[in-house]
Amino acid sequence: MTLKQVHSEQPKEFKFSNENLDKAEEILKRYPEKNRKSAVMPFLYLAQRQNNNWIPLAAMKYIAKYLSMPYISVYEIATFYTMYNLAPVGKYFVQVCTTSPCLIQGADKIVKLCKEKISPNENKISKNGNCSWVEVECLGACVSGPVIQINDDYYEDLDEKNTIEIIDSLIKDKPLQPGSYRGRKSTAPEKKQLENGKNHA
Amino acid sequence: MKMPKIIINGREIEFEKGMTVLQACELAHVEIPRFCYHEKLSIAGNCRMCLVEMEKSPKPIASCAMPAAEGMNIKTNTPFVEKARKGVMEFLLANHPLDCPVCDQGGECDLQDQSMFYGIDKSRFVENKRQVKEKYMGPLIKTQMTRCIHCTRCVRFATEVAGVPEIGAIGRGENMEITTYLEKAMESELSANVIDLCPVGALTSKPYAFEARPWELKKTESIDVMDAVGSNIRVDTYNWEVKRILPRLNNEINEEWISDKTRYSCDGILKQRLDVPYIKKNNKLEKSSWDEAIDLILNKIRSVQPNEIAGHIGDMVNLENALAFKKLFKVLNSSNIEFREKKIYINSTEKINYIFNSSIRGIEDSDLILLIGTNPRHEATMVNARIRKAFAQKKTPIFSIGNPGNLTYDYTILGNKSEDIKKILNKEVEFYKKLLSAKKPIIIIGESALGLKSGKYIFEEIKNFLKNNNFITKDWNALNFLPQNASTVGLIDLKILSEENEKNYSFFEKLNNNEFKLLYLLGSDNLEFKKNDEFIIYQGSHGDRGAEIADIVLPSAAYTEQNGLYENLEGRVQECKKASYPIGEALEDWKIFNLIIKKLIKTENLSNFSLLRKEVLNSIPNFTKINELPLYKDSENKKITTNFLSEEIIINELDYFYTNSISRASKTMSECRQINQSPKKTGTDN
Repeated sequence: MTLKQVHSEQPKEFKFSNENLDKAEEILKRYPEKNRKSAVMPFLYLAQRQNNNWIPLAAMKYIAKYLSMPYISVYEIATFYTMYNLAPVGKYFVQVCTTSPCLIQGADKIVKLCKEKISPNENKISKNGNCSWVEVECLGACVSGPVIQINDDYYEDLDEKNTIEIIDSLIKDKPLQPGSYRGRKSTAPEKKQLENGKNHA
Repeated sequence: MKMPKIIINGREIEFEKGMTVLQACELAHVEIPRFCYHEKLSIAGNCRMCLVEMEKSPKPIASCAMPAAEGMNIKTNTPFVEKARKGVMEFLLANHPLDCPVCDQGGECDLQDQSMFYGIDKSRFVENKRQVKEKYMGPLIKTQMTRCIHCTRCVRFATEVAGVPEIGAIGRGENMEITTYLEKAMESELSANVIDLCPVGALTSKPYAFEARPWELKKTESIDVMDAVGSNIRVDTYNWEVKRILPRLNNEINEEWISDKTRYSCDGILKQRLDVPYIKKNNKLEKSSWDEAIDLILNKIRSVQPNEIAGHIGDMVNLENALAFKKLFKVLNSSNIEFREKKIYINSTEKINYIFNSSIRGIEDSDLILLIGTNPRHEATMVNARIRKAFAQKKTPIFSIGNPGNLTYDYTILGNKSEDIKKILNKEVEFYKKLLSAKKPIIIIGESALGLKSGKYIFEEIKNFLKNNNFITKDWNALNFLPQNASTVGLIDLKILSEENEKNYSFFEKLNNNEFKLLYLLGSDNLEFKKNDEFIIYQGSHGDRGAEIADIVLPSAAYTEQNGLYENLEGRVQECKKASYPIGEALEDWKIFNLIIKKLIKTENLSNFSLLRKEVLNSIPNFTKINELPLYKDSENKKITTNFLSEEIIINELDYFYTNSISRASKTMSECRQINQSPKKTGTDN
């Protein structure tokens, strides 16, 4: 992990869409009037959703003005949390979990595949502009590791073969279905396969 | 009330409720090492250097953040504590570069000092040290962010004291960095105080970079003259050169801070200096000698009538020199002396009329502040910092008549017409109830308001109103005048202003009617007038506006080069001390007058500086002691008739970084001014 860099090309303006403005007002109701600035994190999330999964500086300024707080405070928060993207990400944003349980199950192989197939470096958009990937900390789905998160969906129980298929499908802009790639329902135990002594990934 | 007790290193100590363990330790004269803790800032508790051992606690505690409680048993000198602090120090040094030999903080670095006690001579950290890009923080602050230990003192200072939340800590963990928002210059007049606050060499002074080491400088405790606040400063000199100016702790006036102008005008002392007398020949100033210059002055004096001679005293002249100047004019038999730069109404009959009666510290006790025609942020930066402190800590409501712009705190504008004042005084608006129900209100009247045609009305009627409502008493005096120049209050005390009966501005009228044939400017650069055929003598330290129009230029010493008394806006007499010596043939001002008087009447009546000082102290009304506030005297009941005039109250904008001859000569101040006028635009500035 290095310090997140702010993207060099920034849009001039940012405004919440009407729909998001309604959501923002709804969010503000959750907090007492004197603690308006508590809404900064959901606001940043809204902004990220609205702006193709990344937050431009103009949005930080807009939010700071909206909540009457200093620019630097919003900037601090946006740089602190890893899930706010400060630079454009691919249309399919692949987050590979590399925390211990997934790593034991072979997450390092998935990282290697991402490097080969998407881009050699994290946070760099692939040649065709569709994908980018990043290593993340625990995604909270240890029971079905290794796991990758693509935009909002989890792809679980992966091995090398599935991963290649998934990444290829992303590059072709026809993503495969999310869920378990070993036909598991939710996180149900898999007695049969374990009896075979078969190793995954 | 019984005071709670705490045991520190086996000694029982009484402490005040609300104190932290660290403060209690200080009461017991036990020194606790610290980086992030600072008396004037909020508690962060993130450096962990102040760990102490507390009985019944298995872990060491951070004494700066732990409230002291009855019966605590604190130990600070056990091996346990030492081991804990050594551990913290090792972590702090893990990423700190070993560049002390090229670091400007060397010799006055908290980390350097404390590592002498708690540092280990070897590093067990085999990884690469952290790399951080240098940050731009304006023309005053030089950054070297690899040295930063993330104490966040600068962040807290900017947010809490300066009121410009522009510095922050971005990123997290090892990647945390201190920066201004998008690396813009900090827009505050107090910004350079973060340099003093920084316990390491991460933020150092840009103009002072690589100039000197602290141990080779001569340190002189002195007084600032850039504004009327009289901030306490320390002047550091290397031979003749003033290398830097630092604040001195004085809780009555500037606390621990000084303004950027106070701190960085000092490079102006080295530039544009007048070193020898100059005489204008063929429309060009040419070098000359003292004898020639003084002979020429005497000829001129003899060739004009005494009432055609006039003198004007500038903004940074000390009281001894002003008195000597007055004496010179007595010898010349002229009473045309003045110090005001513009027509402003001043009633010099009573001391309370022209000082800041509530005192700077009193601002903290106040429960309502009303500004009338003043922008304290530029006119008296440290007073503004105190108002901000009252606002931040006590939520004191602040109101203004006239619009001063951004003052770093919230305030309500009640109006911008002289009628708005009249309405309050006549109890026609709701605000008067707020004013009357306040226990300790403060009304601050600025020079911009007194410079209006209705200045007399504004001042006298407000005074009357406050008096009738018992706000001018020995315990609390709500009437405050905010002067802009260091010399103002003292010169009113010495009665250096033309105040004959009702004609308050006779000097200016005569000046504009060209009644003067000989004009003697003593360090006066801000007087605006149209020059006709007057013969102008300019005496001062810098070749500035005054010297430009002069026919004779006499070089004298700057404020760091002579001893002298100044009276600050509260009427506090303070001593400015000689830190360096005058350049070239320049002389102290009173010695120059002596030269003239000696040749004029063949006697030496100003031969002794200490006599001059004695006379100054005797002629200051209500004087108590040096460094103390003046006595309060009950005000006389004299009804002064005033005329109301309806006008707009416009606050004259100060060219903050260019207010006097020294700051105009300073390169640093020019840079600051440029940046303020054209803020560095970044990609997303909408």
